[in-house]
Amino acid sequence: MTEGTIFHESCCGRRGMDLPALDVPRVDPAATFGTDALRKGAVGLPEVSESQTVRHFVNLSTLNFHLDKEMYPLGSCTMKYNPKLNEDIARLPGFAGLHPLAPAELCEGALELMENLGRYLCEITGFDAVTLQPAAGAHGEMTGLLLIRHWHLERGDTGRLEILMPDSAHGTNPASCTLAGFRTVNVKSNAKGEVDIDDLRSKAGPATAGLMLTNPNTLGIFESGIGEITRIVHEAGGLCYMDGANMNALMGIARPGDMGFDVCHLNLHKTFSTPHGGGGPGSGPVACRQDLAKYLPDPVVIRTAEGRPAMGRARASFGRMLAFHGHFGVLARAWAYIRTLGPEGLREASETALLNANYLKALLREAFDIPYDDGPCMHEFVICGERQARKGVKTLDMAKRLLDYGFHAPTVYFPMIVHESMMIEPTETESLESLDAFAGAMLSIAREVDEKPHLVTDAPCATPVLRLDEVRAVKELEVVEGWESS
Amino acid sequence: MSRFTSILGADRRRMLDTIGIGSVDELVSAVPAEKRLGRRLDLPSPASELELTREASALAERNRAAGLVCFAGAGAYDHFIPSVIDHILLRSEFYTAYTPYQAEVSQGTLQCIFEYQTMMARLTGLDCANASMYDGASAAAEAALMAMRATKRDRVAVPASLNPRYLAVIETYLAQGGFGIVRIPLLPDGRLDMAAAAGLLEGCAALMVQQPDFHGIVQDLKAASDAAHAAGALLVAVTDPVAAAVLESPGAAGADIAVGEGQSMGVQLSFGGPYVGFMACRKDLVRNMPGRIIGRTVDKAGQTGYVLTLQTREQHIRREKATSNICSNQALMALANTVYLSLAGESGFRETSLQCHSKAVYLEGRLAGIEGVRRVFTAPFYREFVLEYPVDADELVRKAADKGYLAGVPVPSLGRGALLTAVTEKRTRAEMDGLAGVLTAICGGGAA
Repeated sequence: MTEGTIFHESCCGRRGMDLPALDVPRVDPAATFGTDALRKGAVGLPEVSESQTVRHFVNLSTLNFHLDKEMYPLGSCTMKYNPKLNEDIARLPGFAGLHPLAPAELCEGALELMENLGRYLCEITGFDAVTLQPAAGAHGEMTGLLLIRHWHLERGDTGRLEILMPDSAHGTNPASCTLAGFRTVNVKSNAKGEVDIDDLRSKAGPATAGLMLTNPNTLGIFESGIGEITRIVHEAGGLCYMDGANMNALMGIARPGDMGFDVCHLNLHKTFSTPHGGGGPGSGPVACRQDLAKYLPDPVVIRTAEGRPAMGRARASFGRMLAFHGHFGVLARAWAYIRTLGPEGLREASETALLNANYLKALLREAFDIPYDDGPCMHEFVICGERQARKGVKTLDMAKRLLDYGFHAPTVYFPMIVHESMMIEPTETESLESLDAFAGAMLSIAREVDEKPHLVTDAPCATPVLRLDEVRAVKELEVVEGWESS
Repeated sequence: MSRFTSILGADRRRMLDTIGIGSVDELVSAVPAEKRLGRRLDLPSPASELELTREASALAERNRAAGLVCFAGAGAYDHFIPSVIDHILLRSEFYTAYTPYQAEVSQGTLQCIFEYQTMMARLTGLDCANASMYDGASAAAEAALMAMRATKRDRVAVPASLNPRYLAVIETYLAQGGFGIVRIPLLPDGRLDMAAAAGLLEGCAALMVQQPDFHGIVQDLKAASDAAHAAGALLVAVTDPVAAAVLESPGAAGADIAVGEGQSMGVQLSFGGPYVGFMACRKDLVRNMPGRIIGRTVDKAGQTGYVLTLQTREQHIRREKATSNICSNQALMALANTVYLSLAGESGFRETSLQCHSKAVYLEGRLAGIEGVRRVFTAPFYREFVLEYPVDADELVRKAADKGYLAGVPVPSLGRGALLTAVTEKRTRAEMDGLAGVLTAICGGGAA
């Protein structure tokens, strides 16, 4: 079921693209630049026809699991349905063919779309200002942390270099802290799976630049002490950053700005239905309180004196995160999503996400341990595979077995504070039938663990390839065709 | 009920019963009452598919620049995009797939990235490439950080002809770690002042040279490489991939790392994004490289397969000690690059590159001949050039737009009348002659 690489189909002289004949005098680059400056020999690109190219990539595509075919119960990743109309909107010639450096008055439609999307995101998050530039969630994290850094620096508060962070935080959070010039200070979780307030209080102090928190957190639990948490950090002189990865639980229900946060990022590719594209592009706009707006990266959408939308610069901008204005094509999709659902639709989407997650949790409780199960979860929950691990079947094995049942595996081994964890997020766009089918597969795997565990430990067996040797991939590194190990 | 959800009344009842609660409100109660939004969001009412289509089309049509004949470049180029590319990108198997963490069901995405890595390594003349970066500017910033990790030095040297937007991103990334940036001056003809560079490179982790540079000028990469290496620094080439089809590859010229923007290879202009940065390096630097990397391996039955590899450098394992905070790549745009390069192939890509150069030389000759127009630099350029007009460049662009042309991008740092103009293989002789006529008229010459 595998396909050779496109280089193997290459045959000298084939070509899948044609161009009009050159209609100006041909210039010899050797005469202009000298032969030393020119490439010696071929690049090594494949030589294939258009029909071969199409068949190759279509064949490869059939080896992929994808959302339009089946469910992705991926905790923290919010793999919801991607509306088709949004693809068409992003491809309208007036958007797709627009050069980023054309004069603003010739790009008014795009600027107005960005301005409106920014306003919608501010309303959804409860903040005053926004940058649409960050290219992904982690890029947004870095942007938000830089806002915090510059806020302290401008006040002459140069000693605040610590960011408090729960031990359940996304891995990008501490990495973003380092890039933004901060140190990470871990805060413990308590028995309920929430931030241990006493531990937080003991660690907040004059070195605290801020707190970085996901809410609802990575266990799918809303931090009930959020008011107290943000008060402690503010009283210590720090600012509060919300990782908005789990905003799909909160649209129209609660807003980071109202909870006491000062800044947050949103993952447009999660909450606002932009397709993941096999790993990107994403988009991670950052919204903040008015007093942080002056540090936002360059450029921001403004209105000119004549009332036209234009690109401008925040008064004390800390710099730039990307060459141009952000992932406009992703912004257009998110704009279309919010316009389609409207205020009630967004709230209903979040409520349905909550309903689906809690329903699934109820169905799985009979076969799996569910830590931190004191009350309802938000849009996701974490199960613990310890019971199965004691029988010799790891969570990774169960994840691989799910692939045989036609489902993508949930996020596994995260958050790190739960052993053998499996993090499940069904999203609001799954029907009752698909939730039941997924639960059925999970319960069936739990029975297999008891009765025929080799079915699970040998999984997957119904996929294009069997379990892959990841250790070999590291030891005998081969990352390009024709790689020679040295 | 939106058309994207399917949980209706009866289903809802059954689900609530299974959970053991009376209403969805009980789920919302996990949020403390005083932190709940006690009102409806203040957003426009929902738009039906038909209404939204009309609304979006009206906005798109207000972008008059999209209808102009495009001679703007400065990091984003109007190249020909074969029809096949979007047909492949629009396959839901590719665009609705998740990051390929479950390799057994993601072989399509993984193999495409492996092919992409191979193509980018070959194009740059280096040993390996990663699965892509956010864009060219952030790739350049990450390359600077990577060079400092590899050499344990704390500053990088950057010439005055690096794209200013790239420089701004590099400055943002480097400022946080207390790293420094050293500026390398230009000679009056536009080439790097290598004599000055030699003294400035002392203690630098890298010299970062854009090829061709922001002004379109082809620099002597070999000389830059020699100077960098003599000072114990790496050479980072910020590479235009289309030019690299014809110019000496960064690797062969001595570069240790190559980065750049892949928008020119099958990705729409799209008002600046999403684009796709690339990064390639020498084999011995691979563990310092940020971002995802795909490796080839075998499955239990010995069958060839692909996985994400070298993940121990990444944030989900190393957390605060990670090589970078990057968690995503630009997989779909990298796929566009891969399909583009497959279609173009060896001869198509080379011909595209040669046509860009020939047409740029033709247009530059026409425009430089306009009375009052002056060449800012005299060193040879590739497909983009700066001329100084006797008219304010912003005004020039506006007036040319009224006649149907996007004449270029003003470069105020080089003078009020300085305009950077780019030519791709898409531009016809008639379009170039038309632009020349319009600019002649604006500059006070004969009728357009």
